[in-house]
Amino acid sequence: MQLKRRQKLIMTVLGWSIALLMFFPIFWMFLTSLKTEIEAVATPPSLFFQATFDNFRVVQARADYLSFATNSIIISIGSTLLAMLFAVPAAYVMAFFPDKRTRGTLLWMLSTKMLPPVGVLVPIYLLFRNLGLIDTHIGLIIIYMLMNLPILVWMLFTFFKDIPNDILEASRIDGAGRLGELIYLLIPLALPGIASTSLLSIILAWNEAFWSLNLTTFKAAPLTAFIASFSAPEGLFWAKLSAASSLAIAPILVLGWFSQKQLVRGLTFGAVK
Amino acid sequence: MKIVGKFLAVLFTLSIVAISAAQGTELTIATVNNSDMIIMQELSSQWEAETGNKLNWLILEENVLRQRVTTDISTGGGQFDIITIGAYETPLWGKLGWLNSLDDFGDDYAYEDLFPSVRNGLSVDGSLYSAPFYAESSFTFYRHDLFEAAGLTMPDQPSYDQILEFAKVLHDPANELYGVCLRGKAGWGENMAYVSTLVNTFGGRWFDEDWNPQLDSPEWNAALSYYVDLLTNYGPPGASSNGHNENRALFASGNCAMWVDATSAAGYIFNPDESTVADKTSFAEAPIASCPRGSGWFWAWALGIPSSSQKVDAAKSFIEWATSQEYVDLVGESKGWVAAPPGTRLSTYAKSDYVEAAPFAGFTESSIVAADPANATCQAVPYTGVQFVAIPEFQAIGTSVGQTVAAMVSGQLTVEEGLASAQEATVNTMKQAGYIR
Repeated sequence: MQLKRRQKLIMTVLGWSIALLMFFPIFWMFLTSLKTEIEAVATPPSLFFQATFDNFRVVQARADYLSFATNSIIISIGSTLLAMLFAVPAAYVMAFFPDKRTRGTLLWMLSTKMLPPVGVLVPIYLLFRNLGLIDTHIGLIIIYMLMNLPILVWMLFTFFKDIPNDILEASRIDGAGRLGELIYLLIPLALPGIASTSLLSIILAWNEAFWSLNLTTFKAAPLTAFIASFSAPEGLFWAKLSAASSLAIAPILVLGWFSQKQLVRGLTFGAVK
Repeated sequence: MKIVGKFLAVLFTLSIVAISAAQGTELTIATVNNSDMIIMQELSSQWEAETGNKLNWLILEENVLRQRVTTDISTGGGQFDIITIGAYETPLWGKLGWLNSLDDFGDDYAYEDLFPSVRNGLSVDGSLYSAPFYAESSFTFYRHDLFEAAGLTMPDQPSYDQILEFAKVLHDPANELYGVCLRGKAGWGENMAYVSTLVNTFGGRWFDEDWNPQLDSPEWNAALSYYVDLLTNYGPPGASSNGHNENRALFASGNCAMWVDATSAAGYIFNPDESTVADKTSFAEAPIASCPRGSGWFWAWALGIPSSSQKVDAAKSFIEWATSQEYVDLVGESKGWVAAPPGTRLSTYAKSDYVEAAPFAGFTESSIVAADPANATCQAVPYTGVQFVAIPEFQAIGTSVGQTVAAMVSGQLTVEEGLASAQEATVNTMKQAGYIR
């Protein structure tokens, strides 16, 4: 009993230490956003200082945060919904009706993630130019959908594989069609997995910077472009950059905070049987 | 009924005309996130109010912006009406027909008031392809308080031997004071901007008259040996990670006795709100070695109009406003004279307000006048440019050689090894590009 309690204590301390270690950069960034530019670059770093919200005011004065944040929300949620529309049926077919090419197809899908995006920048840019998609929400939604699709299919495939085939067979005996089986049985059963996959897709789309910087100017520019405008080669704007970054991560931090239960449940879905 | 219909039609047409007139033209401008540009963004509402036009801003870090703008302009994307480009891109893009010429501003613009070296650097065959917003050269920042305490005197034009001697005396790493801070971070616009000027003044060149790379020459060896010795023995720790920004922070925090870098940083160093050494800093020309040419670089940030823009007239109107003498006055009066965009107009340096507020003005002026991109080396060369070579391949070459030079500073390569590998890589690039066989 004593040993168990000690183990629990050690695990708690270890867990908290890791959590604090991971949270420290975010905490430091927020702290820096409350400093003046001189304090932000001071060595050794000052821990006690007169906090100011001036950086947030300057950031808002220079760029319309709400417009960037709205674009981020539209693009990340839109691309996730579109990607799920393709990923769920694809993963369903691969998990329950595999053939000899399924494994190869899955690996090929994943291999597309290994191509550096800059390698296809010019063809994509020309395509987008001709289709009038540069600096549009739908353009970024399509590109993010394509970018995240392989990971979503893979994740959903592993979640679906954990659902016993017998349940589906039973529903077929009861007269369920393919679509009914998918909508009324599979999706509700794999909901924690689908939720965590969607959340991951939103986070990946939220944080993506390469395509958002290259395919937008101002109308559809998301928060990654907002942060980039505060990173400067001449002049130090660390405090302002920290303020911009704090604002940019705030929505996703709040979303992660509220959905952490679902996220953990989804990621460990089927792990213990 | 018919009359009512006609009346409504006329009313509709008039309201459309009125709405379009009130809306003006919407322009998209891409610019770098430098303090001078941020001031331009703040003040541009005046131009918007005067003209009824509207500006949409894309502000990015220099390298990201360069990639973004290059992609758009080379594919004819037409996303931008005004772009911020430098002295490297303007002649190349002007020649390729990617930019509109800017020779037809009104009489008030006073083209002859632009520094001739700046105007030439942004022109192709006598036509201006981007209007200079601010320009810079490089010079020596030094702490006169430390020099006085050590009994040293900085001449107006120091030699590199003197810089080494001063650094030896002033270097005090125990108190976090380093003899000299120089760019060490890899990049064609970072360490190679400084190293190219060093090679120039040590008598070297990037290419001979037949475009054969010269990185294995004795001049390159002498320059790089000096640089690596100076920086590793009398520079700050981790110097291979320090670019303009990092050195600027070090100097502003009082950690460097000397710093050779951009004249445009003087306004920052002289601002007591941002620098702890504002009242302890003096200036001298960029140091020289055996060759008096090309020791100070030349760079200008300028505004241009891509040929893919459909709103050339409105774009020209903005550029004319933002690069005019009136704009310099506007910045001086509203933001303080020390913040006025430097290095573009002769008349700026004739203003007593500016000269009083910016004690570095004289050195900036003489450095920019002396920096001649067409005559930056003592040996004959087939290219123009002081700290870069104005050919499209230079970005790749400069970046690759910059990485090798950073490896020399961090001790991963000796100067001989590094220069041999840099020479080989440059020869390969030049062969692939068809300059040499």
